[in-house]
Amino acid sequence: MKNLFLIAYLDLKESIRAKWFLVYSLVFGGLIALFFIAGVTESQVMGFSGLSRLLLMYIQVTIVILPIFILVTTVRSISGDRDSHILEYMLCFPISLKQYYWGKVIGRFITVYLPVLFAMVVAVAYGFFKGASIPWDIFFLYTGLLFALSSAFLGIAFFISSFVKSSEVALGIAFFIWIILLAFIDIALISLMMQQRMNEELIIFIAMINPMEIFRVAAISLFDPELTVMGPVAFYILDSMSQATFVFVSIVYPLALGLIFAFLGFKIFERKDLV
Amino acid sequence: MIKISDLTKKFGSNVSLDKVNIEFNKNESIALMGANGAGKTTLIRSILGYYHPDSGEVLINGLNPVKDRVKVLQNVSFVPQLPPPIKLSLDELMQYIGIGASVDKELIMYYANEMKLDIKANLNKSFFKLSGGMKQKMLIAISLAKNSDIIIYDEPTANLDPKARDDFYRLLKQNENEKVLLFVTHRLEEVKDLVNRQVYMDLGGITSDERL
Repeated sequence: MKNLFLIAYLDLKESIRAKWFLVYSLVFGGLIALFFIAGVTESQVMGFSGLSRLLLMYIQVTIVILPIFILVTTVRSISGDRDSHILEYMLCFPISLKQYYWGKVIGRFITVYLPVLFAMVVAVAYGFFKGASIPWDIFFLYTGLLFALSSAFLGIAFFISSFVKSSEVALGIAFFIWIILLAFIDIALISLMMQQRMNEELIIFIAMINPMEIFRVAAISLFDPELTVMGPVAFYILDSMSQATFVFVSIVYPLALGLIFAFLGFKIFERKDLV
Repeated sequence: MIKISDLTKKFGSNVSLDKVNIEFNKNESIALMGANGAGKTTLIRSILGYYHPDSGEVLINGLNPVKDRVKVLQNVSFVPQLPPPIKLSLDELMQYIGIGASVDKELIMYYANEMKLDIKANLNKSFFKLSGGMKQKMLIAISLAKNSDIIIYDEPTANLDPKARDDFYRLLKQNENEKVLLFVTHRLEEVKDLVNRQVYMDLGGITSDERL
């Protein structure tokens, strides 16, 4: 266990020093700051104002940028080390592949999740200081959703990283996956598929397996009970199951997806040539 | 100590090792030589357990380096030809090796000092920011401090100045007893005072094996 935590700890320290981490933290922290400066908390849209409105905007932007940030920064984790011969040296010590791989996963998860969470905590703390009422239900839901979304894309990124030899190819695959998943959210290709009268079950299936769509529907469902801006598939999904069940699914499914992909990545890492 | 039997490793259609049979035993210092693409690096990486052989096997003290990598690597030190751009600081790198491989940090510092590398002044510096020679000295210090039975050096003196080479050979002489020292080199004259066996490779096979 000590090796697992050592590798997680060293990966975390290494990441925190990296330039990408600075940009990553500034983007999410900057978003919150920008919303406060722009007076989002004073505006009222769809009947929501104050911190609820700010968190809604934060989560909407996060849907788009968090997955690509996680993919781009993580996908080179193992493939980049392989590329630059770091893996060749670091693995010449008696450290098991299991400890090395999962240590990297844990370290990288903390690195990508903490800035996103921290930005929300700062928003809530600042709102509290300004005397705004704190929407704790939304805060805890978003904490869970972001945790699950981060897990899903981290798992996918480690999966890609385990079998790709060059980090350029890994980056290309990461962009491709992000674009595909982004295209298949309710307001994009899914709507087009419905317009073309494609098989409804297929459309719902595609929407339900997409962690970005699940995240989006769960995140906005608290704000938009009428589902006017969410799109037809979201309406259908929330019509067929209770909101509580859907929120549960929207946290458990991406989490499981991330773990499955990370596990598959480990199996490939273990069975393939290491360098 | 190291027994390689009928080892074949292919990369696509390219046969990098072709039914290689060789043994390396205690108290042997071997110069492993051959042209580029002869299969030297593939052989070393197979010993380290990085490659899954297409056929044949590698046994280190009777253990398979792929299946029993932790046990095998407890007794192996390795210095690559080009120091990798590790972003950890020297202190963190020593922490990784100290906890992961039970190597005494003080011993690393002792050997670094013998190699004229001032670790204390560079403790918080990233490894990749050191000069080529300093990186190589650090990796050599780690390899000696690990006190392994098998030490593998892939062109270890490529970045070292003549004085540092002398220090390296002096330290190796003090540490060669009861060990297998395997040098991958293109320049035999550099290690001729250290080695007692020369192995030449070509086209994935052993073409000559002489004891000196």
